Amino acid sequence: MLILSAVAACTPAPPGGGVNDPYETTNREVHAFNKSLDRAVLRPLGQVAAEAPREVTGPVANFADNVGLPGMVLNGVLQGDVGGAGTNTMRFLLNTTIGLGGLFDPAGGIGLDEQTTDFGETLAVWGAAEGAYLELPVFGPSTERDAAGRIVDLALDPLSRVGTQPQLDYGLAARGAAIVIDRGRFMQSMDGVLYDSADSYLQSRSAYLQNRRFDLGEEPPAADAGVDPFALDLEGFE
Amino acid sequence: MMPLTRRQLAAFGLAAAWAATFPLPALAVTEAQARQLVDRAVADINAIISSGGSEDQMIRQFEGVFDDYAHSAAIAASALGVAGRSASNAQRSAFADAFGTYLANKYGRRFREFAGGEIKVQRTVPVNNYMEVQTVADLPGQAPFRVDFHVYDRPGRPVFFNLIVEGVNMLVSERQEIGAMLDQRGGDLDQLIADLRAMG
Repeated sequence: MLILSAVAACTPAPPGGGVNDPYETTNREVHAFNKSLDRAVLRPLGQVAAEAPREVTGPVANFADNVGLPGMVLNGVLQGDVGGAGTNTMRFLLNTTIGLGGLFDPAGGIGLDEQTTDFGETLAVWGAAEGAYLELPVFGPSTERDAAGRIVDLALDPLSRVGTQPQLDYGLAARGAAIVIDRGRFMQSMDGVLYDSADSYLQSRSAYLQNRRFDLGEEPPAADAGVDPFALDLEGFE
Repeated sequence: MMPLTRRQLAAFGLAAAWAATFPLPALAVTEAQARQLVDRAVADINAIISSGGSEDQMIRQFEGVFDDYAHSAAIAASALGVAGRSASNAQRSAFADAFGTYLANKYGRRFREFAGGEIKVQRTVPVNNYMEVQTVADLPGQAPFRVDFHVYDRPGRPVFFNLIVEGVNMLVSERQEIGAMLDQRGGDLDQLIADLRAMG
């Protein structure tokens, strides 16, 4: 309840459809910290993971995805998304059993793809506003609503009730390893945003907000709503 | 209500005449054309990815795909945004050229991450005055994700002018990026053009 009222008190969006980022100064400092952390730890580990054979990284990533499913089922139920909760339940049961504890993904093979969700989305479904943009230490881009959601997801993770012993023992480590594997896999894209862009803070903020709103089925901000290609003056460019 | 002055009437008349001469662009590109364009572009991209060439070779080939299938003039004009208004035609042309090389490099590198994957066209929906071709990229060991191509025929043939990956809009990102690069160079467009060339 405390978190709900905190979310209700989220910073209101500025008029005119601009980006809601009143904490930009602090956010930029956190961004610089996150970048140095990436350079020192995550990126080098990602390079190692990128060299590892897919036979090794694949099962680790599958295991990590699978232990996240009970939380997604709970959020699906809280959102009234029966279909999503059902798909994720079937995925968890199939992959935990036939998929050898979650190391393999037979559910994906029959079209039962993960219906990704979290408590941030639950808050959105319940009508909480997005709030201000936040860059969290270690975790990266977020919003006030999504940061509150992260805390609830950590506190309420039902894996502790339904997980197998290996899932309880190795779940957290596998999730950490999956972050490293993804960093290695999308090395070019991540490096492009973090190190090759003129303003990596703006690029990551923009990419996060656009992608998050797309995932939640929310409207893109007015400034991003689309460029009218017929309104462009092309003289000289052709 | 104030009656219209003769000047205003003349302005309206001119506007009407203008509108009659240059009708608003109709939705000329058909769903089938838009879909065909994306099918061909995707086939070419998949072929490049699976060719196993060196990174430099692949990026040069991607540049060819951009030339064939994308409206590079519109993408460049959109990226330069308001800064383009005060630019000379020579600067605009030089920028479009340098920007095309930069873009092929940047996205060419990223497309390599699609290796072993497949892009499947799902459906085509008309949006305002263009077509949105919705596709799903299927990468091994990864939940499928959405890639949309925005297609029109402004240059007289079907081309795509925007690419949206899981909601992240290429035109929006590039306008922001080019804006930040210009700011760093104190608004010096010629310096930006030279630096973009060097990045390519």
